[in-house]
Amino acid sequence: MSDVINEPTAEEARLGRQTDEGAQELRPRQHEVVMTGGVWPDDDETMIINMGPQHPSTHGVLRIMMELDGETVLQAKPVIGYLHTGMEKTGEQLTYVQGATNVTRMDYLNCLGNELVYALAVENLLDTEVPERAVWMRMMLVELQRMASHLLFQATNGMDIGALSMMIYGWREREQVLRLLEMITGLRMNHNFIRVGGLAADLPDGWQQATLDVCDNVEAGVAEYETLLCENPIWQERTQGVGVITTEQALALGATGPILRSTGFPWDLRKAQPYLAYDDVDFEVIYTGNGDVYDRFLIRLFEILESVKIVRQCVARMPGGDYRVQDRKITPPPRGRIDESMEALIHHFKLFTEGFKVPAGETYVAIESPRGEVGCYLVSDGTGKPVRLHVRGPSFYNLQSVEAMVPGSMVADAVAIISSVDPVMGEVDR
Amino acid sequence: MSDESPQGDADAAETVEEIAIADPVAAAVVEGFPGSVAVESHGQSVVYVDRGVLAEVTKRLRDAERFTQCTDVTAVDHAADVERVEIPGVVRERFEVVVNLLSHPRNARIRLICQVPEDDPTVPSVTPLFPGANFPEREAYDMFGITFDGHPDLARILMPDDWDGHPLRKDDPIARIPVTFKGDPAPR
Amino acid sequence: MGLEAVPHNFLTGRLEDLVKWARRNSMWPATFGLACCAIEMMATGAAHYDQARFGMEVFRASPRQADLMIVAGRVSQKMAPVLRQVYDQMVEPKWVISMGVCASSGGMFNNYAIVQGVDQVVPVDVYVPGCPPGPETLLHGILTLHEMVRTGEIMKRRRAQGAGAGAGVQIDQVDGIPSPVRLIGTQA
Repeated sequence: MSDVINEPTAEEARLGRQTDEGAQELRPRQHEVVMTGGVWPDDDETMIINMGPQHPSTHGVLRIMMELDGETVLQAKPVIGYLHTGMEKTGEQLTYVQGATNVTRMDYLNCLGNELVYALAVENLLDTEVPERAVWMRMMLVELQRMASHLLFQATNGMDIGALSMMIYGWREREQVLRLLEMITGLRMNHNFIRVGGLAADLPDGWQQATLDVCDNVEAGVAEYETLLCENPIWQERTQGVGVITTEQALALGATGPILRSTGFPWDLRKAQPYLAYDDVDFEVIYTGNGDVYDRFLIRLFEILESVKIVRQCVARMPGGDYRVQDRKITPPPRGRIDESMEALIHHFKLFTEGFKVPAGETYVAIESPRGEVGCYLVSDGTGKPVRLHVRGPSFYNLQSVEAMVPGSMVADAVAIISSVDPVMGEVDR
Repeated sequence: MSDESPQGDADAAETVEEIAIADPVAAAVVEGFPGSVAVESHGQSVVYVDRGVLAEVTKRLRDAERFTQCTDVTAVDHAADVERVEIPGVVRERFEVVVNLLSHPRNARIRLICQVPEDDPTVPSVTPLFPGANFPEREAYDMFGITFDGHPDLARILMPDDWDGHPLRKDDPIARIPVTFKGDPAPR
Repeated sequence: MGLEAVPHNFLTGRLEDLVKWARRNSMWPATFGLACCAIEMMATGAAHYDQARFGMEVFRASPRQADLMIVAGRVSQKMAPVLRQVYDQMVEPKWVISMGVCASSGGMFNNYAIVQGVDQVVPVDVYVPGCPPGPETLLHGILTLHEMVRTGEIMKRRRAQGAGAGAGVQIDQVDGIPSPVRLIGTQA
């Protein structure tokens, strides 16, 4: 892939064709073109192509403008905004009780995680603590969500790089997790379950066995993916050494999550700045050192196993008690009480029409999403609706690292690199 | 609503406590840049700086205080605030630009907030220091109309290029259309 | 050229049935997944719900090779012209399923950024409600469309209204496990 124009060696001149060494270069060498009477193009004739926003492997509506020199990408510039939904403006119109429905749709692969960061931010401004059971339930649900997100990554990443059967295998395991989430929260996606003050409902009967079954099946699935991909020479050829990023580049570009951890920087907010009960459970931070696509794939694969570990501990150690704070100013009373108590009726009415008021102030709370640091910057003015609800979506920052990773690679590698960034356009554009 | 207000007293929330050099980084900023005010907001360290020195403060934090990553740059429009927290020493303007920094070696965060007046919404850009601030500053420009001096490519990022207005400003309408549900007497 | 160009008489009756059968049983969707609904659309294509058993074997990346456009997700202002362009590139006969409430009507996002229903941009044949509709609901919508194609009803309507006009059928959401799971909650 160099620009050096080599004179033909004696062997090449004798054989009249390229030797094996040059066989990888698809472009003809200058002397061949000139010999056949062709015109060798100037070095600065590059082509600008457009990838997306409708494209089978841009993850959502991402548009990448690429400048190509033959098959090599010189520059790649992401163009976003094709999924801008005005969620931050909508967030200013919704009460804090309704807010989770909005944020949950930002990173639609980490729905419960978005709800959690929003709830944590509001609870920070309210200075409330939620009961222990709520903390552990939240942690378990968020880890289940992480499993589902990483399984989807395995599926789509595999498909983008060409392992089409990964799409089916990844979804097979993901369906199990989604079915479990449906059993617990009522919905497969966009749950609106983690709310300010706790959760919407308690865990249903039989959840322990169902959760442990899902854990077993997911572990078996991950073992299958390992067998299929990790030592697979085609997979390694396509992903090792591709899309390399250094720690300095990642830090400068604001990249977090698996991208940063693949460069040898073991930063995971669950360990570094623990929230919920992460300092009370046993798990590892998965990190590697090469900063390439293969590393990011490995990190996400083994993070599934770490999440399984955490979920198993949650099943074993789930405390009893309330699933939400008993402050009637924040959480609604049980539905049955509305018939019995006038106060309960009034609280319910007030909460679902006006919502509750949050004291004036501002806060920034960050947690670890499957894609990196997701943060919620919340500014309140003492009323029932926020002044500013800003969610720091990790993919918004991670996408900038595409500009550092792609130059110098081929077009097919660019697809692999974008896939390894695992962007979710919902949180990029909001 | 009953007489007891929700968690915490409304009065106490109106004035935020100033920490007396509890956070050494915030103290260093206040010392190096007179006019800055350090506060503690719900357990987080915040420094209100003058917008003219935002880039210098960020540079100092990055180089001397080892704040390795800029996690977020955003803006806030306070035009419609019912109640705004009083910080002694800070003259409130309509907009605020908020820069969140994270230090991995210190395992600490700090937030810089600068006030931006309505008639001159410009702020120095931190993109030359943290290239990752490129997209968020473009978003703040797109959504609020705040220009960042020194930004390499300040253009709209979320809205179409020919869009009129800055959607997250309080005077920019949400543009909700009236909706009729089945059986409704009139559109809502 | 197409079925419409063939003169209709008792001899071509079987031929018409054959063409309708073929169109219905081999309807290939174009990839137009935008947001959360795209995830459920992918789930519908995966092994558990398996839309391939209904003939929707592959998602064709090129609109020229696709019959059906499932608009899965919210369409923003910037995306609307792209949507129209992809629709225009599809070859007749083509159908559109508007998947999810955001595509059908703007959904919960009644604001400046989202097109309030893709029927503002392309003619829609089946509206599939849900946020997101589960795979069962999407399959119900797809099979409704298949039925309309099989009977030829939809083509008659098209001929009456002009090529590309949408049938605009609304279906019911049919997801959720009707299981006797009892949720226990603690009492106040």
